[in-house]
Amino acid sequence: MVLVLAETQKGQFKKAAYELTYYGHQTAQALGTECAALVLGTAEGAEELGKYGASEVYHINDTALDTFDSQAYTKVIAAAAEKAGANVVIVGHTSTGKSLLGRLAVRMNAGSVPAVNAVPTLEGGTFKVRKPVFSGKAFADYEVKSDNKVLSLMGNSLQPQEVGQAASVETLDVEVPAAQVTVKEVKRMEGRTPLPEAELVVSAGRGMKGPENWGIIEELAETMGATTACSRPVADADWRPHHEHVGQTGVAIRPNLYFAIGISGAIQHLAGVNSSKTIVVINKDPEAPFFKAADYGVVGDLFDVVPRLNEAMKKFKAEN
Amino acid sequence: MKLLVCVSKTPETTAKIAFTEGNTQFDTSGVQFIMNPYDEWYALVRALELKEANGGSVTIINVGPAANDTVIRKGLAIGADEAVRVDAEPSSALFVAKQIAAYAKKEAFDVVFLGKETIDYNGSEVGAMVAELLDVPFISYASHMDMDGDTATVTRDIEGGNEVVEVKAPFVVSAAKGLAEQRIPNMRGIMMAKRKPLKVEPAVDAEDLSVAVHYELPPEKGDVKLVDPENMDELVRLLHEEAKAI
Repeated sequence: MVLVLAETQKGQFKKAAYELTYYGHQTAQALGTECAALVLGTAEGAEELGKYGASEVYHINDTALDTFDSQAYTKVIAAAAEKAGANVVIVGHTSTGKSLLGRLAVRMNAGSVPAVNAVPTLEGGTFKVRKPVFSGKAFADYEVKSDNKVLSLMGNSLQPQEVGQAASVETLDVEVPAAQVTVKEVKRMEGRTPLPEAELVVSAGRGMKGPENWGIIEELAETMGATTACSRPVADADWRPHHEHVGQTGVAIRPNLYFAIGISGAIQHLAGVNSSKTIVVINKDPEAPFFKAADYGVVGDLFDVVPRLNEAMKKFKAEN
Repeated sequence: MKLLVCVSKTPETTAKIAFTEGNTQFDTSGVQFIMNPYDEWYALVRALELKEANGGSVTIINVGPAANDTVIRKGLAIGADEAVRVDAEPSSALFVAKQIAAYAKKEAFDVVFLGKETIDYNGSEVGAMVAELLDVPFISYASHMDMDGDTATVTRDIEGGNEVVEVKAPFVVSAAKGLAEQRIPNMRGIMMAKRKPLKVEPAVDAEDLSVAVHYELPPEKGDVKLVDPENMDELVRLLHEEAKAI
């Protein structure tokens, strides 16, 4: 049995939970078994996970799990895996999942592979799975030798698809240990999709000349429903908040579409974004190294091109 | 407070990534190695700042061969009091975590620091493993941290925002950007580093349960398709019809 941890935010499931469940389903098929989903704390609509491939949904409905403590979560997940008879546990490569994967590996005596982006294979009894390494500059195939296995799935690795019906939700009785960490405050930007989950990203760099010019970037992002991002020099100069910094030392992302506007394309920046499915570069310097990594390029003054692009996007949105 | 900082050796950020032995080994020829930036810039410096404010000691630990001593000495030059190198190849995250946990348990450290991930394997696993092996809390992706006695208030980055948590020592914390400002070692630090203790410890037994067996470089991007800057309708059309990105 494969067990996926379907995360919620304020009790609601997001696309990442459906993607992970679908990935768990694909993995279960590759291993010749079934996939169950585990839901912790207050949650609505857990039965929907069945549509994305969970044959069973287990719910540990204890409000103590509404705030995150990796130690308590690990004990609960390992106990649930044992009850469900699962020997493969998959979490998202999220702030929660990243805090859990190593702990679960130790607790379950499981070989772990973090940040995988492809479905595992089982050939001649050998379990292999692929992950990006060197900040997206290469891939590595990992072999897991132990019976128990734990993986974390990189966001935006596959498009969730409906493969079944809503599942019945079984309440699982697992003791929830007292948390050693007290969560005092949770602050989230409302409205915009966070960068690691965003499918559309509009990113800008030093070519913007100053923070006062970001209006055209915000407008384009607004039109597209995209999340804004920036390069390191821009974050370092405090033109934009640090959580917008994408690249090797910032957030690594893999959206469907990445707009790089006025960013030259230093190797460290490319490392954090080169897994994006489509890259568009807008730069007035035709020699900017980013063009070599781009699918589409526009050589021109961003202050002319971006507003024009915004108008074209608006027109497209109105027609589609 | 006894503070332990785990440091890793990684290829520098502009290193050419290539593989040898039939794509089973990372090709280290001509590659410059550095201390993993998250370990050096944020984890180590914040540990030093806390020691400077509250007293105590900062120890660096690295798992690796003697060639790693240059990276370790840099940590001492930045200001750590002493260092330990566990003399073994860091063959997997679990192997490394078991070495660190064994030493941390023996020496009863109050806080174990490390970077949020290494820039080579990007696993972000070792901190959680060490915490579980020690059965202590783990706070990942800390971008702010203060200590008052044995209680820490930590801001950790989460998707689209942050979370403020309170935790009592002992615990493990992984450092993200913002936790501290990079320090450049000065001449005095470099001279003093040569006289600071660097202990070499034997490795404890630990099995690798998962290992990288094959590497591959991503396919080369095709040539960029240039679009007339006057014709953004065309770009939108391509993104919709050809790339299917919107």
